[in-house]
Amino acid sequence: MRKVAVVGAGLTKFVRRSLETGKELSYEASKMALDSCGLTLKDIDCVVFGSAPDAFDGMHMKGEYMLDGSGGFRKPYMRSYVGGGTGVFTPIQGWYHIASGLFDSCLVVCEEKMSTLRPHPQGAFLTIFDHTLERPLEPNLLWIFALEMNRYMHEHGLSKKDIALVSVKNKKNALDHPCALLAQEITVEDVLNSEVLAWPVQRLDVSPITDGAGALVLVSEEKAKQITDKPVWIEGVGWNLETSYWTNRDLYYPKQVEYAARMAYEMAGIKDPRKEINIVEPYDPFDYKELHHLEGLLFCKKGEAPKLTREGVTKRDGDLPVCPSGGLLGVGNPIAAAGLMKICEIFWQLRGEAGARQVPGTPKRGLAQAWGDLMQVGTVIILGR
Amino acid sequence: MELKGIGLEEEIFKISKKSEKSMKMEFKGVSLKESDFKEKKILSLENKPNLKYAWDTGVAIGRFLAELKQGRLIGRKCCKCRRIMIPPRMFCEVCFKPNDEWIYLKDKGTVNTFSICYVSWDMQKLKEPQIPAVIEIEGASKMMGILHLLGEVEPKEVKIGMKVKAVWKEIDKREGAITDIKYFKPI
Repeated sequence: MRKVAVVGAGLTKFVRRSLETGKELSYEASKMALDSCGLTLKDIDCVVFGSAPDAFDGMHMKGEYMLDGSGGFRKPYMRSYVGGGTGVFTPIQGWYHIASGLFDSCLVVCEEKMSTLRPHPQGAFLTIFDHTLERPLEPNLLWIFALEMNRYMHEHGLSKKDIALVSVKNKKNALDHPCALLAQEITVEDVLNSEVLAWPVQRLDVSPITDGAGALVLVSEEKAKQITDKPVWIEGVGWNLETSYWTNRDLYYPKQVEYAARMAYEMAGIKDPRKEINIVEPYDPFDYKELHHLEGLLFCKKGEAPKLTREGVTKRDGDLPVCPSGGLLGVGNPIAAAGLMKICEIFWQLRGEAGARQVPGTPKRGLAQAWGDLMQVGTVIILGR
Repeated sequence: MELKGIGLEEEIFKISKKSEKSMKMEFKGVSLKESDFKEKKILSLENKPNLKYAWDTGVAIGRFLAELKQGRLIGRKCCKCRRIMIPPRMFCEVCFKPNDEWIYLKDKGTVNTFSICYVSWDMQKLKEPQIPAVIEIEGASKMMGILHLLGEVEPKEVKIGMKVKAVWKEIDKREGAITDIKYFKPI
């Protein structure tokens, strides 16, 4: 397999409802990514595009519809979708387009415009449940998170206070992100006093509905050396899916995330992620998910991620900065674009370009992870310089 | 964070710091407000697709639903891995072979996890909270649960590990659906 580098990144602002259409958001992110490394669309061999359910847009085949905004016109082009895992899975597809030797450059674009769906974007998620056995019970998306969170808390005897710290940290980190939708200085008490939606999930445990897009430019080693003196290498990738019989497995631990991580660690030659990885951007659509994923990614033992958070290890200036971007909780959660935002963050952090969000020291290696479908998929990318 | 910077890496880092100052990132994207639409500053078109589906129940779930109508829960057993599965399926996804026999299960089980839900999918406040739960069914393998609701219980009384029993609809009102069980209640 050939080495693949990230040489450019672009992101739009994350907003509750954007003036721009999905196509326009895709264009803005793509153009920014290309401009950031001095390339034009002519330099791009192929395009991969990620976006979550067509149901958000009411546009079947939205991958094809968005194609022109993401530079895919008259090029080898493909769209990918694995629910919330899409934002990290799409660049993995870009990676194997180049690693395989088939192409030398790839533009990776992830877009989501959730605000189109009326009266509430959650409507799109109602159709993820089994049509015969689950939908007659009228489930909503909050249920699965609440069920998973409760099982996780029960297994390890965790309190909501432990978990709320993640929301406080990430929303605060987002104050330094120019694209953030929900950056705030809040306290643990604010989280604990916020409206109970589906116990144990409360309003401030959850990331917001968001519109936004992100893009990356990936190239082969030879091209990377012509373009930049500070390429960021994709050192490892991994992905894995759990059973769709989600009531047949123990939700306290995301095994598929562990399998995805192990695949990526093996590729990157990482034996001890806690020592060998400097920054982590785990998927945090809900505060407990950051903890759940840190454990699945083997950064600590099962049930110990809350301790890392409590001790300040995961703060931006801590020993292992986690979600220095502000995460989905703070920057926002335009599903596919949210995962890609995490990779942009690692890219900027490793190049020392993260501005006010820059973590101390000279980080050498970072990990971004996403998760989704019916609590099923884990997607992992490791970047290094 | 423990980071040992050797000379060259420090240099690269400095260069990137410098270039960051010269390269000001500009992020596009314009945020709209609800009032922009009310005041007709922004045009917006509405459309409701007219889609309707009829899902066939298939082999395994077809039998499962027929049994529900009789007031019984049924699962499938794989003789190779010995798992007894609910919801039933005709193949074993672990052994990846057809599974072997139908097994009647008890209409009771244990709460594996639950939630107390106060809002509908579109974030409207519910009059009465719903208590969705994953219930591990007695007679099936460990961790083999189904999604259902709990009833006849105070929300704050619900605990993980609680034993519960199905409350069935009256026989003439059953229609071969998961809702033939009204809910599960504590034993």
